[in-house]
Amino acid sequence: MNDIVIRVEHLSKSYRIGQLQPYRTLRDALSNVGRLPKQILRSSNQREARDPLLWALKDVSFEIRRGEVVGIIGRNGAGKSTLLKILSKITLPTEGRIKRYGRVASLLEVGTGFHPELTGRENVYMNGALLGMKKTEIDRKFDEIVAFAEIDQFLDTPVKHYSSGMYVRLAFAVAAHLDPEILIIDEVLAVGDTAFQRKCLGKIDDASKGGRTVLFVSHNIGVVQALCSRAILLQNGSVFMDNNTAETVGAYLRKLEGFAGQDLATRTDRTGKGLIRITQVDISIDDLSPASILSTGRPARFVFSVDQPRPGMSCSFTIYDQHGQPVTFFDSAVHGRGDVAGPLHSPRFVCELDELTLLPGRYRINAAVLWNGEYQDHLEAAAYFNVEDGEFGGRPAPKESGYGTLLIQHRWTTPKLEEKL
Amino acid sequence: MRENTLVQTMKHLEEDGESQTPVVIEPLKSWLSFDLRELWDYRELLYFFIWRDIKVRYKQTILGGLWVILQPLMPMIVFSLFFGLLVKVPSDNLPYPIFTYTALLPWHLFAYAFYASSGSLVANQSLITKVYFPRLLVPLSILLGGLIDFLIPLPVLVGMMYYYGIELTWTALYVPLFLLLTLLTALAVGLWSSALHVQYRDVHHIINFSTQFLMFATPIFYPASIVPENWRLLYGLNPMVGVVEGFRWALLGEGQPFHPSIFVSVPIVILLLISGLLYFNRVEKTFADHL
Repeated sequence: MNDIVIRVEHLSKSYRIGQLQPYRTLRDALSNVGRLPKQILRSSNQREARDPLLWALKDVSFEIRRGEVVGIIGRNGAGKSTLLKILSKITLPTEGRIKRYGRVASLLEVGTGFHPELTGRENVYMNGALLGMKKTEIDRKFDEIVAFAEIDQFLDTPVKHYSSGMYVRLAFAVAAHLDPEILIIDEVLAVGDTAFQRKCLGKIDDASKGGRTVLFVSHNIGVVQALCSRAILLQNGSVFMDNNTAETVGAYLRKLEGFAGQDLATRTDRTGKGLIRITQVDISIDDLSPASILSTGRPARFVFSVDQPRPGMSCSFTIYDQHGQPVTFFDSAVHGRGDVAGPLHSPRFVCELDELTLLPGRYRINAAVLWNGEYQDHLEAAAYFNVEDGEFGGRPAPKESGYGTLLIQHRWTTPKLEEKL
Repeated sequence: MRENTLVQTMKHLEEDGESQTPVVIEPLKSWLSFDLRELWDYRELLYFFIWRDIKVRYKQTILGGLWVILQPLMPMIVFSLFFGLLVKVPSDNLPYPIFTYTALLPWHLFAYAFYASSGSLVANQSLITKVYFPRLLVPLSILLGGLIDFLIPLPVLVGMMYYYGIELTWTALYVPLFLLLTLLTALAVGLWSSALHVQYRDVHHIINFSTQFLMFATPIFYPASIVPENWRLLYGLNPMVGVVEGFRWALLGEGQPFHPSIFVSVPIVILLLISGLLYFNRVEKTFADHL
């Protein structure tokens, strides 16, 4: 039996810049009527001259063996989603080819094809058929799917009346019972509650133990490190590194550092709607001493500037350690004591910490701006900062010890034997 | 329980020789690379698409499936009152209501497929950008859904024939032939409109007004015989002319079996259908890039 499940050979995919526009109007096409038939039927030479090519993937080759769990990492726009789309046949490559053995299911399809007007039962069949299950197969697994989703008594209720939790559970249950030979997971872990995320992780673990091949695409380096034995780093549409996870992740983190010096406003590797953009991130100890070197136990101040402030927007950021593991998360939309609301159109978010509880080391920040319930801007590696030795709670901070990254305020006592504990 | 499924699936896989043949994903080599086998493999999904559309269409309606019958019945009543009674449009010696109802059935099938196909790919864009299936299933499912809407009001026609004392003759055997022609016409325009609409959203607006225009250019509320001789050729460019006349002849026994225009329209339909298939096939591989 052939052990290779996916063979990608010199795969390239190009888009015309013009194609990336959502759609054209006939008027554009009619503006040169003589060219219309040609334009509709085949990309003409004139178009090639007018719209430059954009290579989303360029000469990508790799092989994946049965049972491997492979992480695909890279910055936004590196070609990860294009690769997945070609792999699941949603679009075709421009050059090269993929040979794939077995059924592919992708957890980015969770809930795809769910129709709000249809009942849970009806949606299980519709969704199952879409994911490639035969009706007899769905019949066989139906009870199990329903049990897994825990929605028995709502089976004949239209899913529009479901809570979002029920909806996701049912959708996931269908996908989880597809039992594909190749499972693709694309950033699902970024959505849903923690219980759902744990279920996803459990499913990935099950799948790999059951001999399935898993392709895992994520920004979450921690999860990639935990699950994958091998990782492929894509950069500008090409394979930059294909090695064990530790090596590849290391290379990725070094790559990210390389972008730290770049002016934020000019960066193109951002995601989100783009109505509001982060233009600058300033990190200092306090507003009096603008030094980008923080130290343990001292205050810290993070300032995020945006270009188009809108009322109701919020800012969030995550601090990552030098191994790419998330350390902690801040969100301006979640209010606490001491928050001060300024003018509605303030172009700045300031996050102040009285005492920095991070151990000495180098840290990275991913920052995002939300407005109207949608991500407007998301920047990986928006800033880096160093934390130097300091004092925390009266004791010197330990040097980088390999035992974590956080300090917690604490007190030691050594009570006498007769004293109550 | 989960291990159980796993074992089942493993068994299932071993029996399933299919998993050993690779799926090859490569650039489109030729315009003519149709995968009919694949289309056949996805027949269950086609069925589910039709089933979903029908289910969803009549959810939260009081009359439900009754709408299928009312849809051709309402215009029949309006036309009979306005054109039949007031304007006194000739109807080839047939009672006006049945004259127009016989034409409205195939017309609705065509108009529905034409109109619904055009927006169908965009309406299903959340599927198309996330899952693979032969995109042809989308316009096909609309066409077949329209066919069901055509078949359900047929008994009303039979009842009307009984009421007016019109007997079925051997000519009724031609009905499937004209029905097939309707389906092919609807599919041809549906393929073009759905695929074009992905790139050019103007299509929806064009269809909106052109179905209205085409309705006047089709002998639905008037007989084809009132169209002057020297306009016949142009008139015949509308493929529905021959179809509608054919239906009347086959069921009601009036008019010509093959309106001369049919010899113009059949080649047009075939041309539209083949080119539509080619065009659809050509662009379907990249629909996801445009949606």
